Amino acid sequence: MWVKQISVFLENKSGRLAAVARLLADNGFNIRALSIADTSDFGILRLIVNDPARAYQVLKDAGFTVSETEVLAVEVPDRPGGLAGVLDLLHDTGINIEYLYAFVSKSGGNALVLLKVEALERAVEVLGANGIQVQDYHIVHQI
Amino acid sequence: MYWNREMECMPAEKRQKLQLMRLRELVRRVYENVPHYQRVLREAGLRPGDVKSLDNLAHLPFTAKEDLRRTYPFGLFATPLANTVRVHASSGTTGKPIVVGYTRKDIDTWSEVMARTLMCAGVKDDDIIQIAYGYGLFTGGLGVHYGAEKIGATVVPISVGNTKRQIMLMEDFGTTALACTPSYALHLSEVLEEMGTDRSRIRLRVGVFGAESWSPQMAREIEKKLNVVAVDIFGLSEIIGPGVASECLYNTGLHIFDDHFLPEIIDPATGTQLPPGEEGELVITTLTKEAFPLIRYRTRDIATLHAEPCPCGRTHVRMSKVMGRTDDMLIIRGVNVFPSQIESVLLEIGHAEPHYLLVVDRKSPLDHLEVWVEVSERFFRDEVRHLESLGKTIKREIEGTLGIGVEVKLVEPKTIERSQGKAKRVVDKRDLPGKNKP
Ligand SMILES: [Zn+2]
Repeated sequence: MWVKQISVFLENKSGRLAAVARLLADNGFNIRALSIADTSDFGILRLIVNDPARAYQVLKDAGFTVSETEVLAVEVPDRPGGLAGVLDLLHDTGINIEYLYAFVSKSGGNALVLLKVEALERAVEVLGANGIQVQDYHIVHQI
Repeated sequence: MYWNREMECMPAEKRQKLQLMRLRELVRRVYENVPHYQRVLREAGLRPGDVKSLDNLAHLPFTAKEDLRRTYPFGLFATPLANTVRVHASSGTTGKPIVVGYTRKDIDTWSEVMARTLMCAGVKDDDIIQIAYGYGLFTGGLGVHYGAEKIGATVVPISVGNTKRQIMLMEDFGTTALACTPSYALHLSEVLEEMGTDRSRIRLRVGVFGAESWSPQMAREIEKKLNVVAVDIFGLSEIIGPGVASECLYNTGLHIFDDHFLPEIIDPATGTQLPPGEEGELVITTLTKEAFPLIRYRTRDIATLHAEPCPCGRTHVRMSKVMGRTDDMLIIRGVNVFPSQIESVLLEIGHAEPHYLLVVDRKSPLDHLEVWVEVSERFFRDEVRHLESLGKTIKREIEGTLGIGVEVKLVEPKTIERSQGKAKRVVDKRDLPGKNKP
């Protein structure tokens, strides 16, 4: 149901991001979306790929520190205020968003945003009740 | 419970007289029988008769591990081979081993100090002791063996390995005491768990563990997992094997059987003797050894000495648990730092197998210590603030332990170079004279 995000611990030194990208490319993965959270010393690379389970293993075998995190893929109306509306909804119900980033492709005219929240099920409920579509695991990983 | 109350509880003054008498006799013996000692004593301008008080010990030359290697195999023996009834050897991974010899009297001395060690740990004649130290050239197995027989315990000379069989016999025989290395004790406890053994059938109550340095945290873990009192015993084959010092049940450090082994603590850089309580390199003189006597042998182990009496009644000088090795010691801003201290902090925080590197640099005018810690999967969460707080916790704990400021850097796994399975722990970028000397 949830979208599986792969998180990779990276040191803040040149070439590390490229190393991950090359490794995934060499193993036939397609990176659907990514974001980097970084500090002056280290960063966390977050990735959405096709076949996350295998990507996890490939990265781990190559010696990276990896974890798998569940995130929501939310369809956001592609117009001004579209994202703000979604965020307001969650905020008003007290659901805290830890981070978010955008998907490259669109889903039927809507933008797709990846959200990390603690209360996954509750967020889906709230969004669904307000007519906002949350995309399924299978669809997102195949886009 | 003592094996030899007279020697173990002897008033300090009386023991010092005995030590001086034995030291004078030792110096005379090595001067007459070992060319190496005759040469180095002459070079130091000393004759055997010059030793008039225990304070004169500080004038005697040191014996280093290199001296033992250089004289391989029998060059430092003080008795003819006809009188030598046994040899043991180190399991050195590189080059020639270090060979040590024993006369019949040395074997008796060894049994005596091992008997004291076992009684110190509360092992008695009605105990069944499983000796899971290696038997053979290594001194662990046979050393404990002779002591255990001397006190009349029932000895199971099983040696190391075949853990399932160890556990089966432990159950069937009702073994009450275990002698092995601390790491083997941990391994055994894990196998015991995996096998799902009925713990009520295991009667173990005490473990005498040694031959490796191990942290107090590891001792507590073994005690919990094996349900035993874990007693640290100290020894090294150059001195005699196990039986040089032992913890008693009061947890006050290790009693050094100093009627046989005269200890000192020195500053490893200058060789100066340090007062009790100060941390430095442990140096031992074997007062009574016949075949392989050593004068002021530098053990390379770092410890402190304490002279106050112990509630158990023994008056022997006590040493702390070994804190590290001089080979690894760093002096940063005047403070001694051992990789083992960092290791125990990381162990405490929960790193099961800590991989870390100490990078020392001199950013004028001060030394700067950076601790690199590999982020293992267990500690990785997909949250920046979690990692930041992990870094801060490590920094705070290390600073609390060392008493100096450090920078902690979280690095990717396998960043820290391993060679032959052992990680390199220190990179010293300072340009210090003699910094890498042992
Ligand atoms: Zn005591």
